Amino acid sequence: MRRKRLLHSISLGLVLFGVWLLLSGIFEPLLLGLGVLSCVIVVLIAHRMDVIDREGLPIHLGWRILTYWVWLAVEIVKANLDVARRILDPKLPIHPLLVRVKASQASELGQVIYANSITLTPGTVSMQVAGGEILVHAIAREMAEDLERGEMDRRVTAVSERAGGEIA
Amino acid sequence: MEVLRDIASWALLVSGGGFCMIGGLGLLRLPDVYARMHAAGITDTLGAGLILAGLMVQGGLSLVTVKLFLILVFLLFTSPTSTYALANAAHRQGLAPLLGATPLDSAATDHKDETSSKP
Amino acid sequence: MFVAATLALLVAMGLALARALLGPTVYDRVLAVNSFGTKTVLLIAVFGFLTGRPDFLDISLIYVLINFIATIAVLKFLKFGDLGTPGGDPGSDREMAE
Repeated sequence: MRRKRLLHSISLGLVLFGVWLLLSGIFEPLLLGLGVLSCVIVVLIAHRMDVIDREGLPIHLGWRILTYWVWLAVEIVKANLDVARRILDPKLPIHPLLVRVKASQASELGQVIYANSITLTPGTVSMQVAGGEILVHAIAREMAEDLERGEMDRRVTAVSERAGGEIA
Repeated sequence: MEVLRDIASWALLVSGGGFCMIGGLGLLRLPDVYARMHAAGITDTLGAGLILAGLMVQGGLSLVTVKLFLILVFLLFTSPTSTYALANAAHRQGLAPLLGATPLDSAATDHKDETSSKP
Repeated sequence: MFVAATLALLVAMGLALARALLGPTVYDRVLAVNSFGTKTVLLIAVFGFLTGRPDFLDISLIYVLINFIATIAVLKFLKFGDLGTPGGDPGSDREMAE
């Protein structure tokens, strides 16, 4: 467990330093040193605040999250075009409804990913996450049905739970 | 080559601007808060994505592109969180969403909301 | 071409501002202001390119984060009436569910 925490701390430090390097774009010894120093301070503070864990830095998701993001991006574009068409239609063909969909992820992190994916896709907004279910406001019946088919749920579960069989 | 890049960037920027305007139009046209969140979602995802992609094409392989990418990443991480917070707050406060096929009298429903929200 | 994007963004911002002024509920206004902020971020980025000064991107980067925190802060203020008290505890979500 301690070793795992160390691994998380180091990877947090590396991520922070990488972002710092890309944002500053100046490669002088003095500034690099100051950057390292500030990253170390942030990691120490985060350690003291006890926020370095699987939720704060989900490195266990690995590359699978990237393939999920690609799939999600395609879904977002499709949903965007659909909602844009509805808004531009002079008859405004919307049919708002509330549905409860099951979030089958065991970890809170998985449920958060699922709820945020639902919200990020235009046409569906998650309103409440409670008791393994998400209350969703959909702008039209087709979108609610898409969601109820559960493909997104399965994919998020595959991304967040297969990691070593251990649940945060 | 330069011309090709300008054309791609132009197309991305203009379509991104168009989606932002559609989002703004939806913000005005749709009947209630929950429905308007979908319109705001269009601006946050495809509108922002296309505009930033257009700028990235202009930036080429440089730190400018990295910064644009970071802006997009921050936007995509924060926007669903704030939308969820908003939807959840409105829901808990007891604001009932307008359900079912909505007729085209959004002005009338707006008016009704206004009178009911002011005790 | 940056001019076209800038104009489109300004129109979209005008529409969001109209919704913020019309209301009718306070949540409409928060949503409109949040959307306005997102468009401001994009406008700053495009404006940096328009004037040939990519330094504007740093401002835009910070504005994304400020916009997010501002929305959350306003919502918290609406709910609790002040920003000092800690929010709901982790269990409160489940208690509040019907």
